[in-house]
Amino acid sequence: MKGNEAIAISAIRNGVDGYFGYPITPQSEVMETLMKERPWLTTGMCVLQAESETSSINMVYGGAGCGKKVMTSSSSPGISLMCEGISYMAGAELPCVIVDCQRGGPGLGTIQPSQSDYNQVVKGGGHGDYKNIVLAPASAQDMYDFVDWGFELAFKYRTPVVILADGIIGQMMEKVELRPVKPRWTKEEILQHAPWAANGKPADRQRNIITSLSLEADVQEKFNLKLKEKYQKIQAEEVKYETYMAEDAEYLFVAFGCSSRICEAATDLLREEGYKVGLLRPVTLFPFPTEALAEYASKVRSMMSIELNLGQMVDDVRLAVNGKCHVGFYGRQGGNIYSPEEIAREFKSFNNLK
Amino acid sequence: MKEEIIIAGFGGQGVLSMGKILAYCAIMQDMEVTWMPSYGPEMRGGTANVCVIVSDKKISSPIVTKYDTAIVLNQQALDKFEHTVKPGGLLLYDPNGINNPPTRTDIKVCRIDAIEVAAKVGNAKVYNMAVMGAYLKIKPIVSFDNIDKGLAKCIPARYSDLISLNRQAIDEGMKAVEEL
Repeated sequence: MKGNEAIAISAIRNGVDGYFGYPITPQSEVMETLMKERPWLTTGMCVLQAESETSSINMVYGGAGCGKKVMTSSSSPGISLMCEGISYMAGAELPCVIVDCQRGGPGLGTIQPSQSDYNQVVKGGGHGDYKNIVLAPASAQDMYDFVDWGFELAFKYRTPVVILADGIIGQMMEKVELRPVKPRWTKEEILQHAPWAANGKPADRQRNIITSLSLEADVQEKFNLKLKEKYQKIQAEEVKYETYMAEDAEYLFVAFGCSSRICEAATDLLREEGYKVGLLRPVTLFPFPTEALAEYASKVRSMMSIELNLGQMVDDVRLAVNGKCHVGFYGRQGGNIYSPEEIAREFKSFNNLK
Repeated sequence: MKEEIIIAGFGGQGVLSMGKILAYCAIMQDMEVTWMPSYGPEMRGGTANVCVIVSDKKISSPIVTKYDTAIVLNQQALDKFEHTVKPGGLLLYDPNGINNPPTRTDIKVCRIDAIEVAAKVGNAKVYNMAVMGAYLKIKPIVSFDNIDKGLAKCIPARYSDLISLNRQAIDEGMKAVEEL
């Protein structure tokens, strides 16, 4: 199935309560598949096409406030419209999963794949001191698995989680293994997983208030410091990355999502030519695998960040490396995609090989 | 075994669905697959193409620039992909509407008049299956049994009567393919 279809099927099978969205290429298959599957007849999941991305994200805010597992999906321009809502959700500490199937920008841009919203999504997107947990899928199977993982993290930390995909991962068809079905949470389970939720006040507890408004500076500062602590805990406990041929590598590619797949092929090409090349693929973009990269920085001659943009993640790579090795960058824009041969060529030119 | 295939032609010729059916047949054979439709700006010109990779092992890049097989169904596709076939690879084309036939001599070139095959079977819509049959004759990467299973996966149950028609087109395509 397509990566986008995997998102929809996974939502139904993992007990998601609601999906609110607005169509946009290249992720329209998410809602299309949900509408075709009609989960409201089976699991009772609500699927709704809102009138805009702004209302989708606010419907998500409402659902999440009740302790429900709710999600939305969009592509770059739509995510820009949602950023206000995402900031409010981070401020109100509400869990949700948002899928961003990136396309070329800025503005309306193109409908082809891109990774040019790394900075927007990983650094927050909306206003205020906050971060999203960001997961970067590289296959249709990841798209399926990250929905459930995303909700697990979202509820564990009470924070929005973004699955940062792209046109390739969304549109490409691959084999997907369906995991066992998880039913939707019962009312008791919601009370247990989300005791903070606003879903009817019994006589024996205080009101639960969900808001991102606090007008007193001291109260707001205390809340900001609480968020800081939360993000530090996430950075300490939830980092996930994968490596390929990195053990004995003298040179390292750093790439996420679809780019990591293309870099894997480039690594094979360069290994055949005798260059000791490896790959590190950040699976979580926040939390970023800073420590792992710092460790590799003292082992390799150079690193090269490969992204479908003008160079965004490379800044985080440079911060992690902290001057310990050379860091290069190669990217394509506008919906064009590099081939493994192209990356291998750029790698050799950056490292002055041949 | 790893086979990287590009299938290209006009939108409406069944290029994408042929790739999909081929991918499903390979899944039935327990292989790994990727199916990646064209995302270049050329899509606006009315050409459709899809890259299908089938392999015994996990597939890394879904994007490649050289192919083991190119299946081209119009002149633009031929002009665009003839030079992308790896030496020793296969180029399969439909001669209808081709004014400048392929010229390479370091690859295997095969021809399938799939319009004629589809006419013989009696349904123009099975055109793409005639082409797929021709391909599978030259490169039998999936068994007959798995072709049937793949077809059954791709054709909705309510159109199950079309499975035999498609299968017939595949068989006739296998017979009609000419090696040049």
